[in-house]
Amino acid sequence: MNCSLLTKIGDLQLQNPVMTASGTFGYGLEFADFVDLNTLGGIIVKGTTLEPRQGNPYPRMAETAQGMLNCVGLQNKGVDYFCNVIYPQVAGLKTNVIVNVSGNSPETYAECARRIAELDHIPAIELNISCPNVKKGGMAFGVTPEGAASVVKAVRAAYPKTLIVKLSPNVTSIADIARAAESEGADAVSLINTLMGMAIDAERQRPILSIGTGGLSGPAVKPVALRMVWQVYEAVNIPVVGLGGIMNATDAIEFMLAGASAVEIGTANFIDPTVTTKVIAGIKEYAERHKLKSITEIIGAAHGSVS
Amino acid sequence: MKKYVLDLELRSIETLRPDYVLLRLCNGTAPLPEMQPGQFVEVRVPDSPATFLRRPISINKVDRERGELWLLIHTVGEGTRALARLKAGALLNVVLPLGNGFTLPPCVEGGTSDANRYVLVGGGVGTAPLLFMGEELVARGHEPIFMLGARSGKDLLQLDRFEALGQVCVTTEDGTVGETGFVTQHSLWTKIREGVCPKPALVYTCGPKPMMVAVSRLCDDLDVACEASLENLMACGLGACLCCVENTTEGNVCVCKDGPVFPTSRLRWKAEC
Repeated sequence: MNCSLLTKIGDLQLQNPVMTASGTFGYGLEFADFVDLNTLGGIIVKGTTLEPRQGNPYPRMAETAQGMLNCVGLQNKGVDYFCNVIYPQVAGLKTNVIVNVSGNSPETYAECARRIAELDHIPAIELNISCPNVKKGGMAFGVTPEGAASVVKAVRAAYPKTLIVKLSPNVTSIADIARAAESEGADAVSLINTLMGMAIDAERQRPILSIGTGGLSGPAVKPVALRMVWQVYEAVNIPVVGLGGIMNATDAIEFMLAGASAVEIGTANFIDPTVTTKVIAGIKEYAERHKLKSITEIIGAAHGSVS
Repeated sequence: MKKYVLDLELRSIETLRPDYVLLRLCNGTAPLPEMQPGQFVEVRVPDSPATFLRRPISINKVDRERGELWLLIHTVGEGTRALARLKAGALLNVVLPLGNGFTLPPCVEGGTSDANRYVLVGGGVGTAPLLFMGEELVARGHEPIFMLGARSGKDLLQLDRFEALGQVCVTTEDGTVGETGFVTQHSLWTKIREGVCPKPALVYTCGPKPMMVAVSRLCDDLDVACEASLENLMACGLGACLCCVENTTEGNVCVCKDGPVFPTSRLRWKAEC
């Protein structure tokens, strides 16, 4: 039987549920030797801000048990660079190229979104209100419902296409933040961004990362991410995009069963640059084995089976 | 240069020194991809649950006749120790070739002259990519001079292979082999400064950062161009994660994609060290 892998995030059609997470796949072009980019459900390009940013000093990375910490801090060349240099190279791709947008005030988020809205072949943005590695803005907006609402409201007024809001797990109730984003007009939420963590060098008796703390990603965070996708799926009516430690097709399926309409693969791209292709093949194999007509049948299918 | 993910077969593994192993890898019966001296590979560590990320390893040598890629590994942590435990016949998943190599001077014919003499300065396991570079220089008709530094004589690696390619100047911190001190204190530098030995066309260096900073300072004083190969901590090796950045005249750039080899004139490290 032929199963359809088509899925949707609001009005956005995806040829399959597999996208790449911001900051782990460059602009896609870095992986063109390994993956046929046109076979992906979407590519979410690295966090883009109105002005160029240098990010945090080196060292920015620490390996941990089944994961890694990073404190990159939104290094990027700014929205003009994306529009003028990168966009012409990715506009022809037959996949959804989605820009992850960040800022330090509702106004700068909105202005950056407005600039991206002018690009015909960018059908959606992912609003990053959850970066744990910048002092101003970033996660500060994503940890209270009011903060999240203020940014989503400003961006919604400036951005008419599909608006995905990326949520921080560093909160008491992620469902409350998701509801705030939904009430201000978000078309979808994606979760989770990295969990704040730390690594200390015992011999040198100091933190490994330049700014002390960083964001944890990789399989270590998957159970937390899965739980949060589950909770948010029950809290909102808009689609949920799941991410956090997905390394293979089974992980991706678990996120869909918890309520994700699509998934993002992040840190796994560093371990195996071809992983996205393998996850798509694995989802197809699963769908056939379970005799699904459409992969959308499993979205949230694990709910209702809990006592 | 196109990049590949390949399952390479470990043809042999040899312990060079207590903490150093040499892996010789082949691509079955297929040829290896094109690679340049100074480029590196990212190795996935098999059977090592404690190791999550790939390990970036410089290319020690490409033996095109035998279809072998050589990786010289200093066993410093869980990942590299797991690599050192591998047995011949094991498959290693490798992403290659990564980054930009050393500048290769064009081929010359009719013997070497002062204009095509190159100094290659290495410290510790940083000497590994200089072997590949030295072979390439010789193949192109140039004359490499190696300056190799180590803590002690027992830490010197592949000395015979370097000696087969050109003049080798050794310094050890404890004086057990060669001159006593750091590579930057070798008498060859004085000879160059005093005009007894000709200035090299270019200096290539790879090793601990303080050593490379000192080498680039010496080169500045001598008005000789210098290229350094950096080994910042990295994750992806492809320019995606932005973890391995180095502060340059153009701001933070990825060592994995824009480097690992940089002209030292681009680096701002002198202010830091």
